Amino acid sequence: MRLIFITLLALALATVVGLGSTYVTATRGTDLGTLTIGAWTARPKSGSAEVDPYSRASIARSGELPIGTGDGIAFSATTDDKKKPLDGRCDVVVSGVTPAARFWTLTLFDRKGHLVANSLQRYGFTSQEIVRGSDGQFEIRVAARARAGNWLPTGGIERYALMLRLYDTPVGVATRTQRDAPMPSISTVGCP
Amino acid sequence: MIRIVFTIIAGVLLGGVVHLVSVLALPRIATQDAYSRLTSMTKLNTVTALPLAEPGNAPMPFMDPAFAVAICRYDLTDGALKLTVPVSQAYTSVSFYTRNEVAYYAINDRSAGRKVIELDLMTEDQHSALPEDEEVTAADRLIIDSPTATGLIVLKALAPEPGLMPQAQAALAASSCKLQTEPVPVKQPEPAPAPAPAPAPKGKR
Repeated sequence: MRLIFITLLALALATVVGLGSTYVTATRGTDLGTLTIGAWTARPKSGSAEVDPYSRASIARSGELPIGTGDGIAFSATTDDKKKPLDGRCDVVVSGVTPAARFWTLTLFDRKGHLVANSLQRYGFTSQEIVRGSDGQFEIRVAARARAGNWLPTGGIERYALMLRLYDTPVGVATRTQRDAPMPSISTVGCP
Repeated sequence: MIRIVFTIIAGVLLGGVVHLVSVLALPRIATQDAYSRLTSMTKLNTVTALPLAEPGNAPMPFMDPAFAVAICRYDLTDGALKLTVPVSQAYTSVSFYTRNEVAYYAINDRSAGRKVIELDLMTEDQHSALPEDEEVTAADRLIIDSPTATGLIVLKALAPEPGLMPQAQAALAASSCKLQTEPVPVKQPEPAPAPAPAPAPKGKR
């Protein structure tokens, strides 16, 4: 009787620990093979045949298609440079320069990867439509209310993610630091 | 007391095994992965344009709304596939995914170096069965080996401004992916029996 109880307890514990850790890694992802520059994170190997099992599991769970290595690379950010989560009710400024690439796009998603509805039907910017300063730098204001210049509406949602995708770019598996890939800075400038 | 400690250690160790097995099995058992999502809205071995990514009706999460996207869901069991994608003005790319969403190959318009991206997709068996004497055509043919018989080809054309989206969609609408019937030698025995039983139908009629 006692042996059965102990065996059942061990099996139940194994199920909880095993499936629980799988759920956490597939939902939040792991740090395996990630490239982090400032607030931006990319997984260069996700777009190749050498993708690690944890990335494969999270890709299968979310239902997305990772961007192929010969196509480009995707950086995502869920916090600003000071690790404060991106809040759609605050004013967030994305500014600076981007790594070398033929084209890039910056898109705002909610945490599940859906676009956020807004009356302008603006979900992001491409490198061609952005308004730049005379020095080639740009400044995008991510805010709920209309702003001058490059305004990216948040729809007022609480948590969002920014995704910067570089197309036809040398940035990839060999990239390590900010010097190889100068990413734009993200800063929260004001919260109501 | 020592029994309880032992049970917990055994449970955690066993949990590690369960974790590894479930992580490796997840791509195979997932029902909401990209291939499953696209199966209902795409035709096999044909280019199907996806609706534009918009709030509420995006076919997949994290789709880039600046791109026109078309899908060719392929099955190579009946032969190799020929893919032709005319290059749009700004940026065009073709990415290949296995049935379990491993991106095994991707090419963009610049690395293709032409006005039209032309590719032959086949399994490794079909590739090794190709006749060797095609040296002249081998230079212009880009042959991709698919690790699995089924999978997805994603065609993307960038609209750098929203007004250019119709052009990007038009470039993808002109693309094609279709099964090749003639140059696969493995399939040659099958067309042969078709004319052979020609005398037989006479008797049936």
